Amino acid sequence: MKQNTMQKKSEFIEGFRDGLPICFGYFSVSIAYGMMAVISGLPLWAAVLISCTNLTSAGQFAGTNLILAGGGYIEMVMTMLIINIRYFLMSLSMSQKVEERMTTKERLAVSYGITDEIFAVAMKHPGVLTTVYMAGLIIGPVLGWSLGTLTGGAVTKLLPEEISNALGIALYGMFIAVVIPAAKQSKAILFTVILAVLCSTIIYYTPALAFLSGGWGIIVVTLIASGAAAILFPIHEGTESKEEEPS
Amino acid sequence: MNIPYLLVSIAIMAGMTYLIRVLPMAIFRKRIQNVFIQSFLAYVPYAVLSAMTFPAILYATGSKLSAGAGCAAAVVLAYFNRSLLTVAIGASVAVLAVQMLIPFS
Repeated sequence: MKQNTMQKKSEFIEGFRDGLPICFGYFSVSIAYGMMAVISGLPLWAAVLISCTNLTSAGQFAGTNLILAGGGYIEMVMTMLIINIRYFLMSLSMSQKVEERMTTKERLAVSYGITDEIFAVAMKHPGVLTTVYMAGLIIGPVLGWSLGTLTGGAVTKLLPEEISNALGIALYGMFIAVVIPAAKQSKAILFTVILAVLCSTIIYYTPALAFLSGGWGIIVVTLIASGAAAILFPIHEGTESKEEEPS
Repeated sequence: MNIPYLLVSIAIMAGMTYLIRVLPMAIFRKRIQNVFIQSFLAYVPYAVLSAMTFPAILYATGSKLSAGAGCAAAVVLAYFNRSLLTVAIGASVAVLAVQMLIPFS
């Protein structure tokens, strides 16, 4: 029993430590969100409330813009659906990696914390994901995201533009840090990455495909790249799967 | 600002975002056995992250030149298996350096 508690504690700490880079990254990005929201006329409490309850970047920026433009509720539902639908795929993918005995309540709680970055770190984590590890992983980023929004909204214009510009790339840097080492180890992942980058770039620069901008484009690219990789490089349980697992 | 409108809009934002996140996790409690679906889901993270990064990263800093430098720095650091934080900071420092060296980039 005691050992069990000890193990839980160390899993929580491990999760918390893994979440720290995300926490710092979120803090700097949500400062920008807080500034944007407050400068545009949203009350500070509303910006912080949105950050606590949404915990997402693209969806929040879009939703806030829609509120400021006085958009309708249906429009809001559709916007959220399109921009956040990638979380559906991430959640599905993550549902295969959490411990099978995770209870419904725990699943409901853990799902709140599925963001691009938390997902990326969780999938990089070796072995199954326990509730305690996920709790540790999620708590830092939530604090970082909410406090950053508060800070940004409160100090509005203090951060020099050069610094906030430079921090704009930080989260993409984290994505690259997840993708590249895995692609180095597995040809299948390298194939997935190259195909995804190619499709994404084509969609971005083809005017006729402009309707796929934002959320839809990411979904389409994900379906194409993961689907092609799954057909060409099927992972058979126990044989290649270990090799494919990111380190 | 109209408070009820604001609160309902925020509730829709939060509700929709959560619903999308929670449904798969709550529904798929058993390991999926199908090899195609298993493989597909294993590749999803890399496809999603790649699609979100490119070409959006080139527009993340306000100048393509500094963003390109940050991107290159991130790729090199990641190639040598540096931690997430190191790669993120390295990319930001590269952006800052380019912005300072080439003021109107």
